[in-house]
Amino acid sequence: MLILECPYCGVKAEETELSPGGEAHLVRYGAGSSDEDYEAYMFARKNPKGVHFERWRHAHGCGKWFLAARCTATLEVFGTYPAQSKEPPADLVAAIKAKRPGWEGWK
Amino acid sequence: MKRYSVFAIAREALRYHQGWERAWASPEPKASYDVIIIGAGGHGLATAYYLGKNFGITNVAVIEKGWLGGGNTGRNTTIIRSNYLQDPSAAIYEKARSLYERLSQDLNYNVMFSPRGVIMLAQTHHEVRGYQRTAHANALQGVTTEWIGPAKVKELVPIINIEGPRYPVLGGLWQARGGTARHDAVAWGYARACSAMGMHIIQKCEVTGVRSEGGKVTGVETTKGFIGTKKLGIVVAGHSGQVAEMAGFRLPIEAVALQALVSEPIKPCMDVVVMANTVHGYMSQSDKGEMVIGGGTDGFNNFTQRGSFHHIEETLRALVETFPMISRLKMLRQWGGIVDMTGDRSPIISKTPLGNCFIDCGWGTGGFKAIPGSGWAMAELMAKGEPGPLAAEFGLDRFREGRFIDESVAAGVAH
Ligand SMILES: Cc1cc2nc3c(=O)[nH]c(=O)nc-3n(C[C@H](O)[C@H](O)[C@H](O)COP(=O)(O)OP(=O)(O)OC[C@H]3O[C@@H](n4cnc5c(N)ncnc54)[C@H](O)[C@@H]3O)c2cc1C
Ligand SMILES: [Zn+2]
Repeated sequence: MLILECPYCGVKAEETELSPGGEAHLVRYGAGSSDEDYEAYMFARKNPKGVHFERWRHAHGCGKWFLAARCTATLEVFGTYPAQSKEPPADLVAAIKAKRPGWEGWK
Repeated sequence: MKRYSVFAIAREALRYHQGWERAWASPEPKASYDVIIIGAGGHGLATAYYLGKNFGITNVAVIEKGWLGGGNTGRNTTIIRSNYLQDPSAAIYEKARSLYERLSQDLNYNVMFSPRGVIMLAQTHHEVRGYQRTAHANALQGVTTEWIGPAKVKELVPIINIEGPRYPVLGGLWQARGGTARHDAVAWGYARACSAMGMHIIQKCEVTGVRSEGGKVTGVETTKGFIGTKKLGIVVAGHSGQVAEMAGFRLPIEAVALQALVSEPIKPCMDVVVMANTVHGYMSQSDKGEMVIGGGTDGFNNFTQRGSFHHIEETLRALVETFPMISRLKMLRQWGGIVDMTGDRSPIISKTPLGNCFIDCGWGTGGFKAIPGSGWAMAELMAKGEPGPLAAEFGLDRFREGRFIDESVAAGVAH
């Protein structure tokens, strides 16, 4: 069972309380961008087998969107942080690096 | 290859079954091949088979990191149907379904195709309209399906409760020549036929890198060393993103877990396949008597071959409401597979940004039924270098051009 701590209300929410929202930190491309960028923004996904950064919503709780770092191969959760973050917090990245020396970074 | 037949059984019966030979060989890899297929699931093996059968290309290796058929092919609930809404889907799924009709004879291997009929229940007015529309579309596509009312549903499935409190059965889309087949046998039958043509099926050999020169593929790095090839086919379902990355491109695919479970065996009680997309569950009965049950996918990326527990609860709750008699059945086994979901929920059979490298993936929750058709179309693409009519609409370029084959709304959920 997947448990994520909501960074806003502090509730340790079990997955039926949450709704998943896909890959985090996608750069948004809109009208005027190239076909390649727009296609990649819409469809191309990192889909890593390992460390992944995702959007989640505390749907049946405070209702807010937040971000989470998780391993898709083991379901280990590394941490959660507010949705306003442009990139994962440095201490979270360092903690993941310490646990997964081979990890190539979040980009 | 010695043919299987009633005479072979009689002959072996007289000599204590000492004369059966291995169904396929397990050779060490050669230095290079004309074609390498990565992934010995149904789709990879069928691609190899039709490369040999339809195009005479037999210097082929199928490379598998685990054991053949150990991926989704050996984990699925084996529903076969072709009642899709969009023309390109109906064409390839009906091609596959019609190949299933004679697959046992073609492969000389009993794949136990059982065209027992598939009902997709309509339990909301929206679904009634949706399935009536699909029935009309199928009539134009030459796919035989029929819209049936609740009384006919009850006649076909006596154990069903058509007056459920939440979602009464309002009718259904009935495909009489849909059904099931034995999943392992499909993989084994193709593997045996490929091996008989001299192809190499190399198990326990993981592809770890794709080598190229001047924009064209030259071979693959594996746990058994480098193996050269003129053409490469990537047919790895849940791991498509990982292998595509080795080949230098990214896919419109996300991997999620899909689960299934079976009950203890009981006496025959249901001789058709029933799918209930609104309440999210489907069920059929295996020849052993187990009720085979499938449910929903997790909403998040997952590479562990198990799914979230609450999906089982949701599925069983829905099915108990639909089939009250199963309420006291014990469930024997539960498992998961990693399915490859595309942005429009339709598959990809395509050239790739890397020269002489082709990909067949994105079958997601519903590709068992497509195995023969997909192999047929992928073999044509790989042999000619250009897609034939079955594969043409399923290219990767459709995502850039906005030519989606939108089946997610049409077909509801899984399988
Ligand atoms: C629970 C469940 C129920 C389903 N029910 C149905 C159903 O009722 N009807 C239906 O039509 N479909 C169903 N499906 C979908 C169907 O199972 C799949 O679409 C289909 O089996 C995919 O076949 P494949 O050959 O593409 O993939 P797989 O059978 O998964 O084969 C891919 C192979 O590639 C290998 N591989 C991966 N990476 C590497 C590597 N780096 N090197 C070497 N080998 C590699 C894997 O080990 C695997 O054996 C279901 C799926 C699941 C999980
Ligand atoms: Zn919250």
